[in-house]
Amino acid sequence: MNPPVATAFFFYLLAATMIIGGILVITRKNAVHSALALITALLAQAALYLMLYAPFVAGVQIILYAGGIMVLFLFVIMLISIERNMKERQFNKQWLVGIVAAAALGALFVTVYTKTSRGVSLFIEGRMSYGESQNTQMIANLLFDRHAGMYMFAFEIASLLLLVAIIGAVVMAKKRI
Amino acid sequence: MHSIVEYITSYLQSNQTPGAAGNFAWATIYILLVFVGLSIAVICMNWLERKILAHMQVRLGPMRVGPHGLLQPIADALKLLLKEDIIPAEADATVFWIAPFIVVLAAFTVFVVVPFGPTHAITDMNIGILFMLGVSSLAVLGIVTAGWASNSHYPLIGALRSSAQMVSYEVAMGLAVVSAIMMTSANAEGTGTLSMIGIVQAQLEQHEWFLFKYFPLGIVAFAIFAIAMVAETNRAPFDLPEAESELTAGFHTEYSGFRWSLFFLAEYSAMIAVSSIAVTLWMGGWLRPFPNALSGPTWDLVFSLFPGLTFLFLAALCFYSTARMPKHPLFRIQTMGLAGFGVVLALIGLILFWGPARTRIEDIYWFSAKVAGFMYLYIWYRGTFPRYRFDQLMKVGWKVLLPTGLALLILTAIVGMRTEILSMFQEGLR
Repeated sequence: MNPPVATAFFFYLLAATMIIGGILVITRKNAVHSALALITALLAQAALYLMLYAPFVAGVQIILYAGGIMVLFLFVIMLISIERNMKERQFNKQWLVGIVAAAALGALFVTVYTKTSRGVSLFIEGRMSYGESQNTQMIANLLFDRHAGMYMFAFEIASLLLLVAIIGAVVMAKKRI
Repeated sequence: MHSIVEYITSYLQSNQTPGAAGNFAWATIYILLVFVGLSIAVICMNWLERKILAHMQVRLGPMRVGPHGLLQPIADALKLLLKEDIIPAEADATVFWIAPFIVVLAAFTVFVVVPFGPTHAITDMNIGILFMLGVSSLAVLGIVTAGWASNSHYPLIGALRSSAQMVSYEVAMGLAVVSAIMMTSANAEGTGTLSMIGIVQAQLEQHEWFLFKYFPLGIVAFAIFAIAMVAETNRAPFDLPEAESELTAGFHTEYSGFRWSLFFLAEYSAMIAVSSIAVTLWMGGWLRPFPNALSGPTWDLVFSLFPGLTFLFLAALCFYSTARMPKHPLFRIQTMGLAGFGVVLALIGLILFWGPARTRIEDIYWFSAKVAGFMYLYIWYRGTFPRYRFDQLMKVGWKVLLPTGLALLILTAIVGMRTEILSMFQEGLR
């Protein structure tokens, strides 16, 4: 019998990494440092997906966010001049909105995970548990299976949206096409 | 105490990878073995590259440090460790410090899933190949930050070139990999796999390396991957990020000493990593060559003698060179050292003929031999091809490899589904 990977220790370690990374993203004045902190947070998030026995989502998270999008992000930040940004004040003057949004999200989490007085939970009792080895196949079934595949259309619509964004970027960047 | 021993020995009967068996002690041992083996491979590669390249250019290469320059990599490593470690005055010190570690971590972490044999892997992940591609794509982060943090023009240009190149070729590489993964699903159940061990086992069950499957689709996919992997590792003829005639040394111009050696280590282990992806996906991983034409217990025995014979051949080369060493007294220590090295190699070869060692080592041997073939190709490319211009590089990536990859993907899907498509047509006709 395998010892469980999803121990509380790893959860707290990864959660702490994510929170520290998130705080560094908004407090660093240097945009490159912020981007690096964001990458750390995203990698910790990928590890959290692994703990939830969702290896496919974790792999896609690493490839797309940490490996792909963040590289382009860094690319852009490095080409703009950093010196001016260092002297400017950070422009987060939306304390009120931020506090309200954070409180609302926190309240949502608390209500979802606590039982009401009648012992009824909003969340489905007990989480879905698949073996680690089945996760990728389950996703493929949900997407492509002839009977159970119900997300194919939504998936294609989402990719169409991305295609529109790519074409828009090309149109805006090029003067003559 | 007894339970610890039992815990460690229990793995030997389990016939699984340490990760799958959940055995922490053996996982640690495997990680150390892979780390040490990789470092030795990089040292050998350093020496071999200089020697082979020198012989291709009708030179001798390193000859002074040790017989035939055998101790040159060790001398180089010592020199690098003793060198002063300079951080440029205007550099971003923290990022400058972190960057080489990102590159090394990305290059070494991928070896967690590399299957040296059915049980000889640190672990077998359900998403093995996805993990390898994802983590190796993190290396570009280290390169970009290294170039930026140096706060100098050549490194920044090198880093920008490198990231543009790696991001473009990753796309073609991914398409080729997907076509190989589709081939794993050509079985009765129609379910494929992303696991590295699963991919090799699929080739075993289908009695065919994916290189030759659906001829010529497998070979074309392999060719796309083989081109993209040279670009991914920033090697000649795609070594624009470190083109020494234009950018001195590219993104690691400002690095020196230990930190530079980390970049060197990462580059070579990344080369080994992508080669092992190619071996696993198309060349049958740890499977021995000619399993169909030369099958049967006799041929199995003959092929299992290869590891020992290889070491005996190397030992024979050593003894031959010993006999040809100059007879001058100044060369006495070198001659003795070379003979001693030959004796050690011969002893290893003899141990590998022993039954249990032979069966344990055979899969690792074939995997390493195939990877070594790719490493030789890398050196050969470097000795043969002139460097591409940057616009040519981008043209090859986006206008040749990407459309070919897309067409290949569709064709592989059609050929793989041909029975289903035919039966659908017949149903339509009726």
